[in-house]
Order: sequence, then C-alpha cells, then structure tokens
Amino acid sequence: MTAATGVSHLGASPGRGLRKAKSSIATVTIVGAFVVALIPLALIIGYVIFRGASVINADFLTGEIAYSPRSPSGGIGPAIVGTLLITGAATALAVPLGVLGGIWIHEYGAGSRLAAFVRFLADVMTGVPSIVMGLFIYTFIVLNTKQTNGFAGALALACLMLPVVIRTTEEMLRLVPDEQREASMALGSRKARTIMRVVLPAATPGIVSGALLAVARAAGETAPLLFVIGFTFTTNSSLFTGGNTALPVQIYGNAASAFEAAQDRAWGAALTLIVLVFLFTIAARIVSALFVRKQG
Amino acid sequence: MALDLQPPPTRPSAPRLADERPPGIVVDTAFRWLAFAAGMLVLVILGLILYSTTEQAWPAFQAEGIDFLIKNDWNPAAGSYGALSFVFGTLLISVIALLIAVPISLGIALFVTEVAPSWLRRPVITVIDLLATIPSVVFGLWGAYVFAPWVLPRYEDLANAFSGVPVLGTLFNGTPVSARSFMTAGIILAIMVIPIVTSITREVFATTPAAQKEGAMALGATRWEMIRGAVFPHARSGITSAVLIGLGRAIGETIAVVLLIGSLPNKITAELFSPGDSMASVIVSQFGEASGTHRSALIGLGVLLFIITLIVGVIARGLIARSDRKLGLAR
Repeated sequence: MTAATGVSHLGASPGRGLRKAKSSIATVTIVGAFVVALIPLALIIGYVIFRGASVINADFLTGEIAYSPRSPSGGIGPAIVGTLLITGAATALAVPLGVLGGIWIHEYGAGSRLAAFVRFLADVMTGVPSIVMGLFIYTFIVLNTKQTNGFAGALALACLMLPVVIRTTEEMLRLVPDEQREASMALGSRKARTIMRVVLPAATPGIVSGALLAVARAAGETAPLLFVIGFTFTTNSSLFTGGNTALPVQIYGNAASAFEAAQDRAWGAALTLIVLVFLFTIAARIVSALFVRKQG
Repeated sequence: MALDLQPPPTRPSAPRLADERPPGIVVDTAFRWLAFAAGMLVLVILGLILYSTTEQAWPAFQAEGIDFLIKNDWNPAAGSYGALSFVFGTLLISVIALLIAVPISLGIALFVTEVAPSWLRRPVITVIDLLATIPSVVFGLWGAYVFAPWVLPRYEDLANAFSGVPVLGTLFNGTPVSARSFMTAGIILAIMVIPIVTSITREVFATTPAAQKEGAMALGATRWEMIRGAVFPHARSGITSAVLIGLGRAIGETIAVVLLIGSLPNKITAELFSPGDSMASVIVSQFGEASGTHRSALIGLGVLLFIITLIVGVIARGLIARSDRKLGLAR
C-alpha cells in the first residue's frame, strides 16, 4: 500500500511512521524470501548445465555403462533406455487405474463415507516416502519372484504415481458441470457411457497435465528403484528378464564414487535427467494452458 | 455430482424399462465394478505395504523388542540393532529443514498473494514449482560437490566464533572433515520442502475473504497489519498442516540425505556440524551389504518411517479437511 491512498488523515495519528516502517520492513522481508528461494534454483540448474554440458556428447548418451568407476569412458545409454521403459510402464499402470479410481470417487462414490475415506487415504498416500515404496516392492515382489527387473521398478513408481493421478482426476471431474451429465443421461446414455463419452473428455486436458507432472516426478526417483531393478552394464530392453538401470540410479552411484571420472558422469546424467523431467513439465504446462484457453 | 448418491456399487442404475433386453447394462455394471476396484486399490496397497514390510521386519522386531526404538546401539557385526540414533537424526535434520523452510515459504506465499503485482504471480509460482521438479538425487549431487565444499569454511568460522559460548558453542560444533553433516543435510532438505510448503500456504492465503482484507485496509491498517490481522488468523490451521506435510516430506527424503549426512551411525549429539545418519539414509547406505537380521532391521526402519509419515499425513490432511469445512468448502 502506497502513501497516496486517501487515508492521509490517519497520518497524523501517533506511531503512524513506525507502523509504516514496520510494514515496509515486512514487505522487504517477504520479497527477500522469494529471492532467497531463487538463489539455490539458479545455482543448481546453472551448475548442472555447466558441468553436464562438458560431459554430454553422442558417445556419452549412447555408450554402455563403464565397468570400472575410474574408467574415463563409458556412457549412460542403458540408463536412458531403462528410465524411459520403467517410467513408461509405470505410467501405463498408474494412469488408467488412477483415472478409474478418481472416477469411482467422484462419479460413483460421491457423498458416501467410503469414497470420502478413500479420497482421504489417497491424499495421505501421496506422503508415503518413496524409499518405503521401494522396500514394499522389494519385500512383496522381489523376495517372492526372486528376481530383480525393470518391471519391479515400474511397480514401485506406479505406487507413487497412483494417488497423485487419482486426486488429479477427481479434482478435474469436479470441474465438469453437472448439466453435462444430466443432458447425457436425459438422452438415454447409461452412466458408463456418460462418463466415457461426456465427462471424461471434458476433464482430459487437466488429467493429462496432472499425469505428466506425476510422470516427471517419478522419472527422477531413485530410492524406489535401488533395491528392486538390479543392474546392467548394457542396454536391456526387457522389463521382465534381467536387471536394468535408470538415470537417477546412475547419478546416485556415480555421485557416491570417489573417482573424478564417475563424478563427471554423474553431472552428465544429471543434466540428461533434468532435461527429460523439464520436457515432461513443459508438456504439462502447455496442455494445461490450452485447457485454460479452451475454457475461456 | 448429485446425480447418484447411492453408496457402493451393489446395484447398476438400470432403468426399469431395461428388464427384458438391457442394452449395455453388462458394460455399465462391469465399468462400475472396475472403477470401484481401482478406488479400493489405494486401501489394498496401503494394507499390503504395512503387511509385507512388517512381515519381513518381524525377526528384527522380535529380537530387539522395544530396544529397537529406545536403544542407541546399531552394531550389525555384534547383532545389535538399537535404532535410536537414526530416529534422532531424522528428527534433527527435519527440524533444521523446517526452521529454515517455513519462514521462507510463508514469505513466498505472502509475496504471491499479497505483495506481487498480478502479472508477476504466475511466473513466481512457475519458478517455485520448477524447484519441485528437480530430482532429489540432483539436490544430493549438488549439495555434496558444490554446497558442502563452499559451506565448510563457514562452519569452521562459526565453530571458532562461538566456541566457549554456552549453548551456541555446542550447536555450532563438530566440524566434520567433509562438511557432510546434520546441518548440511538439513539445509538442502529445506530447499527441497520449500515448494510444497509454499504451494499449500499460498492456497490457504488465497482463500482469505477479500472483504476482511479490504476492511482492514479501510480501517487504516498497513499491509503488514492487514496480513497479521486478517490473513494469518484465517490461515492458522492451513499453515499448521502445510508445516506437517513439509515435515512428512523431510522425514521421508532419502537420496539427498544419504549423500549429505555423512552416514555415521550411533551419533546422538547437539553438535549440528557433526556427521550422522537418518532412518531413510541408513536404509540406503547399508541395504546392499545387509542380510538376515540386519536386512530385517533395515526394513523395520522402513516400517517405522511408513507409520510415522502416515500419522503425520493423517493429522495434516485432517486439519486441511477441517479448515475447508469451516470455510464452507466441504467437498
């Protein structure tokens, strides 16, 4: 609030200057908080680009994983393939199930205690640490099947994504006006048809944008994958046979290494991962911007 | 939304006319059941997590009993698994993280809702959300190789400056060789929880009725007085739940912490610059070489993490739901 807002008669009251000074200090502090948060963001992204760009080239992006951490050669090809496969499979599992779950909560369960409870638990489930999901898949899948593979990693990521997709879907369905449902039902459509043909299409852009953000977060997860996907030095395009690897796992492994060559690879993989994640995020923003424009 | 209020899918909403040859009723019913099953998946998964991890952790729980929680003696070679130091480490780094992150997050949220001109709001939100998309392993990498080397001399300066001073001398002590410590892990964690705390408090602040804010201003309040008098009282439970959700994030964060905390078990100290270990970080750093009861004890730490974050999450979400109801936003 600036001085010239027609309350000047208050200026005469005692303490006015002090109060204004206090408010100005608070305002400066508030702006400062934002600036403080910008600094690490700029530093991290800047440094990852600076270190990563000097490592990345075609050989690095397609090469096999170095057999020895101190070897100066070696790439992250298998990890890029692994990340795309594992995240892709997780998306294929979590998005349809999450959308269906959101549909149940909002279209079928609305008003019931059970639906409110499931919705609440989905919220709580978004807070379950990713390492716990990794341990869950390790104890529930890996110990029973006695093998580590990409699919186990996909299951762990899907468990992380599921509640996010459910909640996004539910919130987007809430934005669809009831009149559209009523019109469809009045024309004789059954509920399933109404949902699939009328309600869901109206909510799709919002759901897609939310799902892409969930994918972006899942692609960057390390902890759920560490114990369940095993390991590979060469590209493994199978989700079910043999171990696999992923970009975050490579970054972690190389970051924990004492050798400079390995640390260089960690920066290169970090830049690759960030670019990948940003692409998903930007795609989500574009979809949601289009959505907003369509809604007017 | 109010079309169909009947609870679970026992009956398809079949019109009476469809008795003889119900076109599409099979699909309709199947779809309803499919959706129901997907909704129940949340319950099933949460139940399975608890069951499956507890089952594997049971040998360790049985061997240690309550000592698992209250004894500070983690020594796999001697078969001793008292995990108190990890609980301590988790709490310490979470508290450091929240002490730093909450004021900054509140500031950013106020900046967006009360201070920034409207054209700047969207970009600010985007930038903070961008912070949330950086993978935690990248925070760990940056923290370990850029932030830690930079901050080490600062730690040493602080330790020297405050040595001998009663409380601060202890807090700012324990200078580690590599700066990997409770403090470093806490600071990086703070950066990581800022986006989530900001986004929740921002939403809460945004629901302050305009009439109350305008009323305060009309009575001659300065902006800060308006924030204190109209925005904060309105947002109290929202802020609490944002802090709790941030706490849940901090407690469960794994990869960044394992790269930054120094991985030193059995360290319970008030010296913030000392290396230590947290529940999540010790799971990752020891799981690979662990077997038998050791592995079982690490899974037990996972069970503990799960239960703690569930409790924190339930309280936080409960508070949000309550404040929504209070505002008439019941869903």
